[in-house]
Amino acid sequence: MIKTIEVDKLTKKFGSFTAVDNISFSVSSGEILGLLGANGAGKTTTIKMLCGLLAPTSGKIKVAGYNAYLQAEQIRTRIGYMSQKFSLYNDLTVWENIHFFGGVYGLWGKQLKLRAEALIDDFEMRPFMNLTVQSLPPGWRQRIALAVSLVHNPPIILLDEPTSGVDPIARRMFWETIHQISANGTTALVTTHYIDEAEYCNNVLVMVDGKLVAAGQPNELKSLYNSTTMDDVFLSLARNENTKI
Amino acid sequence: MKKIFILLQKEFIQIFRNKTILPIIFVLPVVQLLILANAATQEMKNIKLAIVDYDCSPESRGLIEKFTFSKFYAIIPVERSTKKAIKLIDMGYADAALIIPNSFGAMANRSESIKLQLLTNAINITSAALINRYTSSIVLDYATNATVEFGKPTISQASIRHWYNPTLDYKLYMVPGILVILVTIVGMFLTAINIVREKELGTIEQINVTPIKPYQFIIGKLIPFWVIALAELMFGLVIARVVFNLNITGSIPLLFGFAAIYLIAALGLGLILSTSASNQQQVMFMAFFFMTVFLMLSGLFTPTESMPSWANWFNKINPLFYFMNVNRMLILKGSDFSNLWPNFLAISIIATVVIIIAIKRYKKTS
Repeated sequence: MIKTIEVDKLTKKFGSFTAVDNISFSVSSGEILGLLGANGAGKTTTIKMLCGLLAPTSGKIKVAGYNAYLQAEQIRTRIGYMSQKFSLYNDLTVWENIHFFGGVYGLWGKQLKLRAEALIDDFEMRPFMNLTVQSLPPGWRQRIALAVSLVHNPPIILLDEPTSGVDPIARRMFWETIHQISANGTTALVTTHYIDEAEYCNNVLVMVDGKLVAAGQPNELKSLYNSTTMDDVFLSLARNENTKI
Repeated sequence: MKKIFILLQKEFIQIFRNKTILPIIFVLPVVQLLILANAATQEMKNIKLAIVDYDCSPESRGLIEKFTFSKFYAIIPVERSTKKAIKLIDMGYADAALIIPNSFGAMANRSESIKLQLLTNAINITSAALINRYTSSIVLDYATNATVEFGKPTISQASIRHWYNPTLDYKLYMVPGILVILVTIVGMFLTAINIVREKELGTIEQINVTPIKPYQFIIGKLIPFWVIALAELMFGLVIARVVFNLNITGSIPLLFGFAAIYLIAALGLGLILSTSASNQQQVMFMAFFFMTVFLMLSGLFTPTESMPSWANWFNKINPLFYFMNVNRMLILKGSDFSNLWPNFLAISIIATVVIIIAIKRYKKTS
């Protein structure tokens, strides 16, 4: 398997606070990696460093074979990013948002139009493609954000809590979409604090207070921690960490 | 180029979809021009003048009549007491008091030099100076008239002609200056707020993960407001023409040429501010601060020649100073490029430096 994301001894400090503490992991192409953790565990900081929005304090990052400091622009054309905070233009329509971001990624003319049409159909957005994003419910907005992050057919997608604030049915649909995308060879790194969503991932990483405390397939972790659900795994890990302090 | 086009397309859709920004852009110039051009006038009307006449001769009454007929004065009759006149000034019922000595008539007849006393409330220095000037010119005028009657000239008078603004219409002086403020506010503030708003909403993060180049992003943000500010200038000039009868003596293309370069500097300044601020409050405060400093030193209200040398030195990097200069020289005086080129050179240098700083300061990684 080709490693599409390689992270080695990554650390990020904000003043005296260590948000991400010496973590190392790798993701293979076509893999769905779940990054699990409570709020403030360092998930978002990690993902922001991966897509070049934050400069790491120390450590190495390689995305799609490129060094994150020296070749940030090459990485940017190869990743799709969905922010934890909804960050499409609320006053633009669904179509305009897709069209705009497609254009920013370098698509143009007929090619851009075809790609936008394809996404509209894939995500079943045709009925409301001419409505402004702000008039749509949150679940739909997240779907549009996912569609936008895929507009340039990136080999890697980084999704930061894509399902937060989304109802259970929509969450399920969301994960089905992620599976479809990954079946085509796209690598997906997804952060979440819904622990049950770990079951949808090939591999999971558990972060507690900036540290990586567990890594492996969901089933492996469950047997390792003698639990029936990932929830129990996570709780025992998080408690364990707390008692250490 | 294609990416810049995509950015522009998106920016214009957003501007035209915004229900508040367009009315602001077109209501602002009307209000500012109409209100400010009239309010910022240095003409005085209805000067409350108390006249103490110790003479009560036909000559002194003739002088008082002159004041009574002038539209600039409201005469307050006072008994023959300087003290009472002073009290009127103290209490604010009079702006000034003119004391006519008891020998006025007799001395006028003998063509001797006459001394009248004028007491002025000088809390507002500008208006006090104006009262002095108006009053002494009326007295002089009366004395010259008298000269004709009595055969001998008492006071010689200089003849003054005001060039470029022959009637000394203060509005004509203010309007070009207010146009400068107008396009600066619209350009600089809108640009600065626009980017900070993208920061607040988080949309800039989605832009920052894309392979867009900083210069593309900056140009994409600059051009829409540059176009709007130029349209605003055109709109303001039309209003100035219709309402204040302002004639542009110089070349209009030259005026817009200068405005185009000036606006790159002003908008670039807005962009620099927006890269330093994280929310709209901060950026508004900073923009307001810079605007006030630049404006006060630019020579809108007070002549820069009378400012201390450090202010004149500062004005060398003050874009507003150049635009204020060029606007007045071009609109009122009709200066052409051979007179204005130093301003063009200076503003081009400022605009280039500002844009380079703005592009350098825009970073995709925090």
